[in-house]
Amino acid sequence: MSGHLPPVIELDSVEFSWKEGIPVLDIPELKLYPQEKIFIRGPSGSGKTTLLGLLGGVITPQQGTVNVLGQDLAAMSAAQRDHFRADQIGFVFQLFNLIPYLSVIENVVLPLGFAPRRQQKVSESGRTNQQEALRLLQHLGLDDPQLLQRPVTELSIGQQQRVAAARALIGSPGLVIADEPTSALDSNLRTAFIQLLFDECQATGSTLVFVSHDMALESQFDRSIDLQQLNLAGEVA
Amino acid sequence: MSIMGLALKSLKNRRATALLTIFSIAVSVALLLGVERIRVEARNSFTSTVSGTDLIVGARSSSLNLLLYSVFHIGNATNNITWETYQELAGDEAVKWTIPLSLGDSHRGYRVLGTSDAMFSSFQYGDGQSLAFSEGKPFSVLYDAVIGSEVAAKLGYKTGDSVVLSHGVNSDSLQQHDDKPFRISGVLQPTGTPLDKVIMVSLEGIEALHIDWINGAPPIAAFSISAKDTEAMSLQPESITAFLVGLNSRISAFRYQRLVNEYGEEALTAILPGVALGELWQLVGTAESALLAVSGLVVIAGLLGMLTMILSSLGERRREMAVLRAVGARPRHIFTLMVTESVLYAAGGVMLGFTLLYGLLFTLQPIFQLQLGLHLAITPPGEFELILATLVVISAALLGSIPAWRAYKNSLADGLTVRL
Repeated sequence: MSGHLPPVIELDSVEFSWKEGIPVLDIPELKLYPQEKIFIRGPSGSGKTTLLGLLGGVITPQQGTVNVLGQDLAAMSAAQRDHFRADQIGFVFQLFNLIPYLSVIENVVLPLGFAPRRQQKVSESGRTNQQEALRLLQHLGLDDPQLLQRPVTELSIGQQQRVAAARALIGSPGLVIADEPTSALDSNLRTAFIQLLFDECQATGSTLVFVSHDMALESQFDRSIDLQQLNLAGEVA
Repeated sequence: MSIMGLALKSLKNRRATALLTIFSIAVSVALLLGVERIRVEARNSFTSTVSGTDLIVGARSSSLNLLLYSVFHIGNATNNITWETYQELAGDEAVKWTIPLSLGDSHRGYRVLGTSDAMFSSFQYGDGQSLAFSEGKPFSVLYDAVIGSEVAAKLGYKTGDSVVLSHGVNSDSLQQHDDKPFRISGVLQPTGTPLDKVIMVSLEGIEALHIDWINGAPPIAAFSISAKDTEAMSLQPESITAFLVGLNSRISAFRYQRLVNEYGEEALTAILPGVALGELWQLVGTAESALLAVSGLVVIAGLLGMLTMILSSLGERRREMAVLRAVGARPRHIFTLMVTESVLYAAGGVMLGFTLLYGLLFTLQPIFQLQLGLHLAITPPGEFELILATLVVISAALLGSIPAWRAYKNSLADGLTVRL
């Protein structure tokens, strides 16, 4: 697997604890390579949220280093990490991803206002933000013009998650982190949603980190990591 | 999308509570602006009445009392000025014109003002305006009367109508001068001064009414003199209540004032209207300040209502903030978003407040003119109004930084976790 390229994410002897003396995360090593589609299996309590926080640069470890896309997050200031996250990482959450008072298109283009690098990528493609949003939505199977006119709160959950995926992908961030994005979907929709996500990550060249406790999805990914095995702190506890 | 755009859309999404908040700020702002406007206009109205008069002369009393009874018809004169004294003082070389005023009678609650033709030729109010007639002309014969605009409107009088004047100004036990009715010769245009509320007759007319009265008592039938007989008589007034003075040059005002105040034959007082008005404003200033302070507190209450509204909405908007953070909004963006929201509330409230104020002004202007004789000038917002508007918006921004700070702290603590 793309072993010759430098890793997109590299965790080295990372330790993190919310309270002193009670580590929630102890990961000796984790390497994710460009354009990989990684499945991270983690039941609740396995340190999943904390790991995502570390990858997103919202928190920094007490020990070890977190490298994302060649940048040592711990060496950055909070503001720099905010910039970095906005430019480099697209997020899809389990539920309620969308801003209720914005339209579908406005939700999709929202990150561009905060992420100059992603905005630049859209501009370089020769498309307007609106066109790019429509293109992504179309790829994700949301091209019904009537649908796009509706308030986002009236969309089905499956549709909302696809809008969220379009938002995570716009401006081709290096990394897409999806946190249980399918847990609110019916099983027949799950596979389709994941395939759409794969296709778009492939097209934009983004690495996909997909976190879920649903074992049935595991087989679709390039690689699977069991967070419980990876996280030594979890074993201790 | 800009932070401003986000804030606007967010408010639009919560338009019911947002509009109520804006409305409560608007009402409080309109109240404060309205109180100030009426205060200023009331002062202007008083000032306007005496703007063309250099001095007011009456029997010795406090300057405020003289000002109030002579020009504003509030209260009564302490004494009269004899005709001879008036003639002498009016003949001073510094004097350009005088307008004699004789008060004491009334008609259905409106004062009767005995005066001379000088009232129509020399009296000036406001920005140098003279009295103008909406119909008819000044009094020319003995039993002619000129009425103010409010008298005409309230009592429905027009030129040619006949009116009977009453002796005294208190409504109880009035004795009617029903043997000598007056005919209305003219109606004045509205002036916004107390002259809107008077019935003007000539000094001779006042004299004729009382020619057969002895010591303030009506004549017994045998000694009464008919209206027709009086017309043939020489009706020199014995006294007047006060007179207004216009000088050739205001430089001589103090000299003339001293001349009057030190007049040997009679105890008199001459006042500079502006100085007397200053005393009046000092007197009512405390009440005005109290009213303004209360209105100011209402504005503060409106802003606190806004603060409560925003603070209570923070909980349900926590997820929205987390999503914004996840798509790249920095904590300072969250802070700016919340402050912008407060400023939008305040700006909306202030704008609506001004709209309410001007709506009210246009509605109330004719009513105030008619009921109170107070002319509310409708002018663009002045310095006070603009300063106030700015203060409200700045206060809102400062208050808004409280929920903004909390949202900021929340967003730092929550990070990207979207809690269910």
